[in-house]
Amino acid sequence: MRRILLCISCLVFFLLCGCASADNDEVVLRVCNWEEYIDLGDWDEDEAIELDDDNVIIGTDPMYEEFCDWYYEQNGVRVRVEYSCFGTNEDIYNQLTIGDTFDLICPSDYMIMKLMKEGALEPYSDEFFDSENELNYYIKGVSPYIRRIFDENQINGESWSKYSAGYMWGTTGIVYNPQEVSAEDASHWNILLDEDYRRKVTIKDNVRDSYFAAMAILKEDILLEDDFVLSDEYETRLAEEMNDTSDEAIDSVCAILKDIKGNAYSFETDSAKADMAAGKVDVSYQWSGDAVYTMEVAGEEGVELSYIVPEECGNLWFDGWVMLKKGIEEDARKKAAAEAFVNYLSRPDNAVRNMYYIGYTSVISGGEDSTMFDYADWYYGSEDEEDTVDYDITYFFSDTAEPGTYVITSYEGCETGGLGAQYPTLDTIRRCAVMQDFSGDSYEKINRMWIDVRCFNILEYLKNILVTIHSQPHAQSSRLRASVPPLAGLRLLMWVG
Amino acid sequence: MRTYFQRRYLGIPYVLFMAFFVIAPVIVILYYAFTNGEGQFTIMNLVGFFTSGNTIGTLLYSMWIAFIVTALCLLIAYPAACVLTLSHIKRKNAILLLLITPMWINFTLRITALKEVLTLIEGNMALYPFINTVIGMTYDFLPFMILPLYNTISKIDADLPEVAKDLGATDRQVLSKIILPLSMPGIISGVTMVFLPAMTNYVILDMLYNSTYIMGSLIGSYFAAYDWHNGSMISIVLLIIIFVITLITDRFSADDEDRKGRNLL
Repeated sequence: MRRILLCISCLVFFLLCGCASADNDEVVLRVCNWEEYIDLGDWDEDEAIELDDDNVIIGTDPMYEEFCDWYYEQNGVRVRVEYSCFGTNEDIYNQLTIGDTFDLICPSDYMIMKLMKEGALEPYSDEFFDSENELNYYIKGVSPYIRRIFDENQINGESWSKYSAGYMWGTTGIVYNPQEVSAEDASHWNILLDEDYRRKVTIKDNVRDSYFAAMAILKEDILLEDDFVLSDEYETRLAEEMNDTSDEAIDSVCAILKDIKGNAYSFETDSAKADMAAGKVDVSYQWSGDAVYTMEVAGEEGVELSYIVPEECGNLWFDGWVMLKKGIEEDARKKAAAEAFVNYLSRPDNAVRNMYYIGYTSVISGGEDSTMFDYADWYYGSEDEEDTVDYDITYFFSDTAEPGTYVITSYEGCETGGLGAQYPTLDTIRRCAVMQDFSGDSYEKINRMWIDVRCFNILEYLKNILVTIHSQPHAQSSRLRASVPPLAGLRLLMWVG
Repeated sequence: MRTYFQRRYLGIPYVLFMAFFVIAPVIVILYYAFTNGEGQFTIMNLVGFFTSGNTIGTLLYSMWIAFIVTALCLLIAYPAACVLTLSHIKRKNAILLLLITPMWINFTLRITALKEVLTLIEGNMALYPFINTVIGMTYDFLPFMILPLYNTISKIDADLPEVAKDLGATDRQVLSKIILPLSMPGIISGVTMVFLPAMTNYVILDMLYNSTYIMGSLIGSYFAAYDWHNGSMISIVLLIIIFVITLITDRFSADDEDRKGRNLL
C-alpha cells in the first residue's frame, strides 16, 4: 500500500513539475481557429505549386509550427503556439463564456461584431498598421477592396479594422447541377421553394444563413426592381433590406422557412458536399469556399457543378483574426506574437498555401508582391488558345489600377465555376450585403422563430384541426364532429415528417 | 498494514467519479434551469416549458418515435431471443455474436451505410424522414433489446416448459403463462435501454435528414443560441421523465429481490 502511495505521489509531483517548469522566456500563444482552416502541411512533391522557376510553394509542416521557428529567427523570442479548433461561432462564444481563454481566435463577421459590442477585443497596435515595416505582411498585402469594407463597417463608432484582421472571405450562393437545373432557376433564391426540385434542394442548418435566404425570397420583388437596383444608394438600401428584423419580416420568414422545410432534402452543415457529388441533391445552398470544394470533389466523380450568386443578392462574409482582452491581458510580448502570427499567415506564399489547402479565398491580394495573382492565374488560367474568356478581378487586387489590369484568361464558364466562386466579379459582389449581428430583442425573436420552424408545434397542430372542422359546411358538421377527432388523433399518431 | 485497508475504500474511485461527473453537472444544470440571464431565481423556464406548444409537441414527437422504435425492437428481438434459447442450435454463441457484432462498429458509420441502402430502396430518402428515423433507430438499438432478453430467457429453467406441457398446457399457454412472465425483467430492461436513448439521440435523426427536432436537438439549439437556461430546464424535465420511467419499470421487478436495479443496466 505504501509503495502504491509513493508511486502516486511521485506521479503527481512530476505532473506538477511539468506544469510549473514551462520556460519563463517562452511566449505561449493560444490560438483557436475553425477546423481544417489552416495548412497542416505534409504535401506530396507533385502537389507543389510551381508559379515559376524561383517560386515553388509547398507545405511541409503545420503552419502554426513553422511560425514558431520563423518568429524565433526574426525576433529571437521563443513562441509556443497552443493550437485548437472550434466547430461553430456559437461554440467558440460558449467556450469563451464558460471561461476558456484564448489569445487569438478567428470567428466570422457577426461574431466579431458581437465581441466588439461586448468590448471583449484587444485593438491591434499602431505598429501592426505600419506598412513601412517589411514584416507587416497583412497591411502590405490585404486587398484594398477588403480593407475598405473593414474600414467602413463600424460598431459603436469604431471600424472593424481596428480590432480584426481579415483571413478568408466569400459569398453565399447556390451550387447546382446544370444537367438537372437551368441557370435561370438557380439564379433565384425561390428555387429553395420550387416544387420541381422537391426534396432535391438543401439549405444551411443554421438560423442566420437560413434567415438570409428566406429574406431574399420574401423581398425578391423589391430587390429585382430596376428603380432599386439602379438607385444611387443601392448598396446601403440592399444592406438595410437584408438586415430587416421587424416583427412582420420575422413572421414572414418563419412561414417561408416552414415551406422550405417541406420542400428541402435536408438542413445540412456538411453532408451536401457528398450528396451533390453523388447526385442525390441537385441544388444546394453553400458558402463559396465549400462550393469550390464541392465542385472539385464532384468534378473528380465526373459530375460538373456550377455556383451562382442569385440575382436578388448574396451574403458577403468574412472570417477574421481578433485578439481577446482576457487572453492578452496587456502582455506586450504576447500581443506582438499574436500580431506576428497574423502577419505570418498573410505572407503571400502562406496565404496561397492556406487557400490551396482549404479552398476558401484569402483576403490577401499581395500588394506589390504578385504571388497571389500568379496563383489565381496558375490555378484557373486556361492553356488553350480557344474557348477562353477574360475574367477581370482588378477591383480586388488594386484600387488604383485601371480595370483590365488584373485579368485571368480562363476557360469558358469560369464565371459559374471555381474562379467565379473564389473571386466574384464586381457585378456579383455589388449585389452582396454584409449581414449584421442580430442583437437584443430581435436576436431572441429570430431564435424563437427558428425553433418554431424546426419543432412540431402541438398547439398549432390542434388549432389547425379545429379550424378544419369549423370551416366545414354546417350541414355536414354533426357527422364530422363525430368522425373527425378520432381521425385527427390517428393522423397525429401516424404523423410523418 | 492490512488493518488500514477496508473494503469500502474500493468504492472511492467510483464515488469521486460520481461526484465530479454526475452530481456536479446536475447541480450546474439545476442552477441554470432556475435562473435567468441576470442570474436571478426564476421559474419562468419551467412555466415556459409547459406552455410552449413547441416543447410539448417535441416531447410528444420524441416519445412517439421512441415508442414505435421500442415496439419494433421488441417485436423483432423477442422471437429472435426465444428462437435462440429454445432451439437446439449448437453454435448459439456464434449466432448471438452475429446479432451483436454490429454494435462494435461505430454507429455513425453504420447509419452512413444505411443511408445508401435507404436511397437504393426509396429513390430519394428525404421523402420519408419519419420512417427512415424509425428504421435507423431500430437498427441501431436492436442489440440493446436482444441482449437482455436473451440473458433472461436463457436463464429460465428449461424443465419448466416441459413440466407445464406434461401437465397439459398448450404451447401458447407455455408462452403466455411461463416464458412471458419469467422474461418480464428482460423485457423491462430492454425497453428502458431502447426507449430512453431513442427519445434523445438526435444524431441519427440528423444523419437521416429528419429536419423536425426531437428533445436532444431542441436542447442543442437552445445551447447554440447561448440560452443555457431554457436548455437546462428542458434537460431537467427530461431527466425527471426518465427517472419516473425508471421508477415505474423498477416496480415490475421489485418483488424479485435480487433483480432490483437490474433494469438500469
